[in-house]
Amino acid sequence: MLDSAKRDNTLPPRPGVGYKPQHFAAIMDNPGAVGWLEIHAENYMGDGGRPLAQLRHLSDRFPISVHGVGLSIGGEGPLDPDHLARLRHLITWLNPASFSEHLAWSTHDSAFLNDLLPLPYTNATLARVADHIDQVQEAVSRQMLLENPSSYLAFAESTWSETDFLAELSRRTGCGLLLDVNNVFVSATNLGYAPQGYIDAYPLDKVGEIHLGGHDEDIDDHGAQLLIDSHGREVVDPVWALLDHTLDRCGPKPVLVEWDTDVPDWPVLEAEAGRAATALERVVP
Amino acid sequence: MSVSQSDFRAALLDPVQTIPDGLLDGADAPAGRRFNIYRNNVAVSLTEALHQGFPILTKLLGAQNMDGLAGIFLRAHPPSSPLMMHYGEALPGFLAGLPQLQHLPYLPDVARLELAIRRSYHAADHTPITPDRLGQIAPEALMLCSARLAPSAQLIRSDWPIFDIWRFNTEADAPKPQTGAQDVLVTRPDYDPVPRLLAAGAADWIAALQGGATLSDAYDQAAARHPEFDPGATLALLLQDGVITALTTEGEQP
Repeated sequence: MLDSAKRDNTLPPRPGVGYKPQHFAAIMDNPGAVGWLEIHAENYMGDGGRPLAQLRHLSDRFPISVHGVGLSIGGEGPLDPDHLARLRHLITWLNPASFSEHLAWSTHDSAFLNDLLPLPYTNATLARVADHIDQVQEAVSRQMLLENPSSYLAFAESTWSETDFLAELSRRTGCGLLLDVNNVFVSATNLGYAPQGYIDAYPLDKVGEIHLGGHDEDIDDHGAQLLIDSHGREVVDPVWALLDHTLDRCGPKPVLVEWDTDVPDWPVLEAEAGRAATALERVVP
Repeated sequence: MSVSQSDFRAALLDPVQTIPDGLLDGADAPAGRRFNIYRNNVAVSLTEALHQGFPILTKLLGAQNMDGLAGIFLRAHPPSSPLMMHYGEALPGFLAGLPQLQHLPYLPDVARLELAIRRSYHAADHTPITPDRLGQIAPEALMLCSARLAPSAQLIRSDWPIFDIWRFNTEADAPKPQTGAQDVLVTRPDYDPVPRLLAAGAADWIAALQGGATLSDAYDQAAARHPEFDPGATLALLLQDGVITALTTEGEQP
């Protein structure tokens, strides 16, 4: 079945999941509530073989979101021109429904650290990240979505709130935003603010996609609860409640469930997508 | 107090280095062990990538030893690109230089074989020549052809029995590795790379073909060192696994 979202090449306001190769056959047989898929760009930057063959099959059937995890858009140094070229190549070849990256850095002095590292929210960071987003959107010839991070600490030098910082980046560059509701919950818990207040201050009119995922629990030096954004389990009830709070304000959006470690069998992930479908049905106009 | 990415990175990769000033928790107190979440994410994710990328090496060393080795390697050689599919290119050289592993001298070549399998998996797709195409060429003309080989074909030469080691650690009831040098060609008949054991001289022959030599010249090069080399069996292997993507005579376009 080729639905209208696939024809229009947009992400539908339905549940999607992060694609894992072990689910290929199950997704093709029984996608259930899942209306679109997200891939990590860097896993599809090889020259050929099974990853690209599977992606070709999936994209015949589902709208695809390309989600970059390695561009280091917040890096102090220039963007890696080779990586920009690889992104342009992938996006030209696949023509995905959406492309997104993170407000974070991961490469410094040519060492790639394989994690999404935090940024101070200053005027200098704002100017640099805005410049990098301009370069990315130019390179891939389309709008990108920028995702809010999960935070474990804050920078003393920050002068902007995260929501104002993201709104200003969107205003300057025309980029859209990817709102990760689990990241909001994790950051709010870790840094001691109300997650609903963050959502209420967030520029929801710029949101092109919502993320959900599971997190782990730890404690800090003072015995305070510390949440770790691990994507290794079910989404917890307070995060589902925060999704409801968000959808009540912005209406239906494409909602993705991320599960990247200890990946379960397909029925478990499909059930999470089913729960997202229920949340979306609540707010159907 | 501003924290540069240089300072952040240095503290990230060195667990005993002081955490940079200017990082706070939610109550404006120093971030303390919250910084360790990032340290942990980096070390754990790169260690996991090395386990996944080198499963046989991990089996040979044991998971705990592999963890320890990965901890040293990832700090000396963090990835140089966000393409984690290629992470570990420096591992064979690193293993060869570790005094505590000198009693396991075959480990670097096992790591090279595992890298070759990954390169093959991600290599560009290709269309092998058809039996028809081969049938059109007279046997004597065939020897004057050069062969283009698929990019998924990866040649690994070793002074160690790496094929037997690979088999022993991936197949049930495989024979225990004996001593002796073994050369391997990783082929990818479909989407799954397969290491193939090569006869003596075959690696020279294949390397010459990859360098653009005709079948005849490649044979001369191989036979100079291995007079017993029979190209027939190796040619059959290349055809069976779909390694040859074009056969061209001199001056002819494929």
